[in-house]
Amino acid sequence: MLKVTNLECIRGEISLFKDVNFSVEPGELLQVNGPNGSGKTSLLRMLCGLTAPASGEIFWFNNNIRSLGENYYNSIIYLGHLNGIKDNLNALENLQILSGLVGNRIEENKAYSILQKMGLNGREMIPIKSLSQGQRRRVTLARLLVSNTVLWILDEPLVALDASAVLLIKDILERHLKKGGMIVMTTHQDINISAIKIKRLQLN
Amino acid sequence: MFLWVIQRDLLLAMRQRSDILTTLFFFIIVVSLFPLGVGPEMNMLRAMAPGVVWVAALLASMLSLDRMFSSDNLDGTLEQMMLSPQPLFLLVLGKALAHWIVTGVPLVLMSPILGLQFDLQMDALIILGISLLLGTPVLSLIGAIGAALTLGLRGGGVLVSLLVLPLYIPVLIFGAGAVEAISAGLGASAHLSLLGAFLLASLVLAPWATAAALRVSTD
Repeated sequence: MLKVTNLECIRGEISLFKDVNFSVEPGELLQVNGPNGSGKTSLLRMLCGLTAPASGEIFWFNNNIRSLGENYYNSIIYLGHLNGIKDNLNALENLQILSGLVGNRIEENKAYSILQKMGLNGREMIPIKSLSQGQRRRVTLARLLVSNTVLWILDEPLVALDASAVLLIKDILERHLKKGGMIVMTTHQDINISAIKIKRLQLN
Repeated sequence: MFLWVIQRDLLLAMRQRSDILTTLFFFIIVVSLFPLGVGPEMNMLRAMAPGVVWVAALLASMLSLDRMFSSDNLDGTLEQMMLSPQPLFLLVLGKALAHWIVTGVPLVLMSPILGLQFDLQMDALIILGISLLLGTPVLSLIGAIGAALTLGLRGGGVLVSLLVLPLYIPVLIFGAGAVEAISAGLGASAHLSLLGAFLLASLVLAPWATAAALRVSTD
């Protein structure tokens, strides 16, 4: 369970938000809403421990994430607005290397079948720099199919995706929630994900 | 994860060979300019050889430092690596090692040939190679601290040289000193032991300092 108490974010001189409280239980989806610059990305980065909150605490199953250190990263995956893939490598290499880096090695055959599921048939060996924005996003999101983490933190996962890819992602997210996973995400697009419970957090 | 980082960085370097070649050619050209500029006076060349080769090695190793983390930072792969369940210092150690393999090892291999231009004797050439072999990893490890501290700053390339070059001084003194000592007929073992000590100390300390700097820079 993810629990956040009295979180405050200050970027530069400006206080973006304060006294943010929420919790996410297994099977739940938290959708973070808010206009541009309201601190959605900062909030997600705080949940990953990449940015230190100005005040407030973040707990993962009653342990402060700061005291958990690297162990916390066995439980989460974060996909930010940067794709996190190398332009000079192809989709297959990117997927295998990134999965290996987070301690989750996959075989080449599995990587092929996952990329196929993401609709990247025949594009596996092409350097990322020759792919379109949407295809790059699909490579990034392919990591969700590899990941065996509980908490998914997704920053605008649907950007640049076409309708069929959005449906695909929706299906992946629903399956994750059904297995008892947790998702915290921001999106400006409306997708109707069916979950036990959908929470909404409004930042302004 | 350690091996993944090295494998990844080497693969990227192979895809972008110009990066490796720039460093190596910079080293070769800088070292070769001195005999051409100073003239064929053997005694003077022999005397200045260790210093020239070592200074060129420092500059060449620094040339590629700002790329160590910045391209990974720009495309978001750095933050993904920071979210790995392995300790961050291992990642840093891997990246420094990859940097050394790409920029340091070619210098070590090239140095005996360049030393010939300065009319160095066989024993001096060997010591030059050994001192570079021990010293260049230190340059990559210390350089990683500077690269991490200046990550995302404008004009980071200049700043990194101001931060890192003073820290390179001890390596330069003992690296060049080892070759001078053997040319003067004294043993080089004291200098080499000290270089080895620098290497061990920086292996232990630099990755932690770099990891801390990365956390600050990416906040």
